[in-house]
Amino acid sequence: MRRLTFRLGLVLLGLAFAVALTTLVWTPWPVEDMSGGRLAGPSWAHWAGTDRLGRDSLSQVMIGARIALMVGLGATLVGGLIGTVAGVLAGFAQRGLDDALAAALDILIAFPTLLLAMLVVAASETASLGTAILAIGLAMSAIIARLVRVVSKRVLAQDYVTAARCCGAGWLRIVLTHVLPNIAPTLLVALALQFGLAVIAEASLSYLGLGAPPPNASWGQLLQQAQATVYTAPLGVLVPGGALVLLVLAINFVADGLRDLLDDSAEVRE
Amino acid sequence: MTLLQVQGLSVQARGRALVEDVDLTLAPGERLGLVGESGSGKSLTALAVLGLLPPGLTASGRVLLDGRPVIGQPDRALVPLRGAVAAMVFQDPRMALDPLMRLGDQLAVPLRRRAAREGRSMSRQDLRAAQVAALERVAIAEPARILDAWPHQVSGGQRQRVAIAMALACGPRLLIADEPTTALDVSTQAEVMALLDRLVRDEGLALLFISHDLPVVAGIADRVTVMARGRVVEEGPTAQVFHAPAQPYTQGLIAAARRLDAALGPGE
Repeated sequence: MRRLTFRLGLVLLGLAFAVALTTLVWTPWPVEDMSGGRLAGPSWAHWAGTDRLGRDSLSQVMIGARIALMVGLGATLVGGLIGTVAGVLAGFAQRGLDDALAAALDILIAFPTLLLAMLVVAASETASLGTAILAIGLAMSAIIARLVRVVSKRVLAQDYVTAARCCGAGWLRIVLTHVLPNIAPTLLVALALQFGLAVIAEASLSYLGLGAPPPNASWGQLLQQAQATVYTAPLGVLVPGGALVLLVLAINFVADGLRDLLDDSAEVRE
Repeated sequence: MTLLQVQGLSVQARGRALVEDVDLTLAPGERLGLVGESGSGKSLTALAVLGLLPPGLTASGRVLLDGRPVIGQPDRALVPLRGAVAAMVFQDPRMALDPLMRLGDQLAVPLRRRAAREGRSMSRQDLRAAQVAALERVAIAEPARILDAWPHQVSGGQRQRVAIAMALACGPRLLIADEPTTALDVSTQAEVMALLDRLVRDEGLALLFISHDLPVVAGIADRVTVMARGRVVEEGPTAQVFHAPAQPYTQGLIAAARRLDAALGPGE
């Protein structure tokens, strides 16, 4: 069963990436093309119908996949990088600095992502893909840092780290050869789960108009536009909504499968 | 000149003293046994000597390693002393090796550092030769196979030999062994003890041997320091301490060891 969901997740995620890459060179209709007629139902020409401006819905949802993956991956990269560096530093820090960092992380985690996003948007004066990535990544970095701090402290307490320090290894050497490889499985699974949450966060931000600006058809934005006509043209909500659910589900399946896989290999090593 | 001088060493955790007023001296080539029950502060004393106490513990007093102070020094000042002056072997060889690194790669780290310290350049072939030589020194039969193995693929005795090889690869003059045979089975214990005895003699190392196991200490140490509840209760030449213990605590320890031997029956 676990194997099955892992494979299904991989296939769906691969499909999402394929679609996202395809939109760079081709979409069924150009996004600016408004020749489809307002709120048309599904047809051979427009498989998922059209929106209230007569644009092809499928093309927009496909581009939405690209935005979701870009922001999701970008935020995970930013959050993973900042979080790992901060977490390892806190793991090494003496008591006073460590306490201060831990408190700072708790405060940052208590901060709602949306509020943080608004602050980032306000600070940069325009909403763009970059601000969405930065805002979601910052919020994520606190969660990752808290995890990394704890697991790296656990690694640092191991005899093999003391043994390495006995032989004169400096802290950078310890981080690169012992801490990072040993926290990698835990970190990887956490990042995979955060990737899924980042995709949802991106949809929320763009639903509120804090995400990518209009020519970028983000799923959250499509949902927001279709909201007014949900009773007359439910497809406008169902298609981007369904795509969002499927992508997040696929990511979570992959994250779960990854955890099982890494747990297995850790057991073999013991 | 003494290699290790410890004067009035105390270790505190949040105001509670775990080690109090411990004095030790160790000359080059000398073998000192540090004996006591678990929790008596032996291991903390050893870690304090290298400035490697776990977070939250603080040391006071005076520790001179090769004439240079340890306590109160920043980690940066201690890094050159570790390995070059003193190296350590730990109790549990399962924990003392990184599970995610091949044994050869772990062994390469101190070998490379020592080469860099001595200003030698090291080619791939040199490194491989040094790795094989280091394993042969600790009497490992198939060095090539062990170098490519992961820690979980070799036995406890072999892991401990690799850990000893790593400690020696640093090129220390003092070897600190913290209960190095406790986690091993009895026949492997004897082999590892014989190996340590030979290595220390061949390399002319000083040895600080920590154990709760009196017969094992009697077999390897010239002098013995007995610790109880963080304090030194007795010290002296091994034969004197074991045959004519002055303190009731030491007498009790020895009597307990004798009773255990008796209970195990003749032939032990």
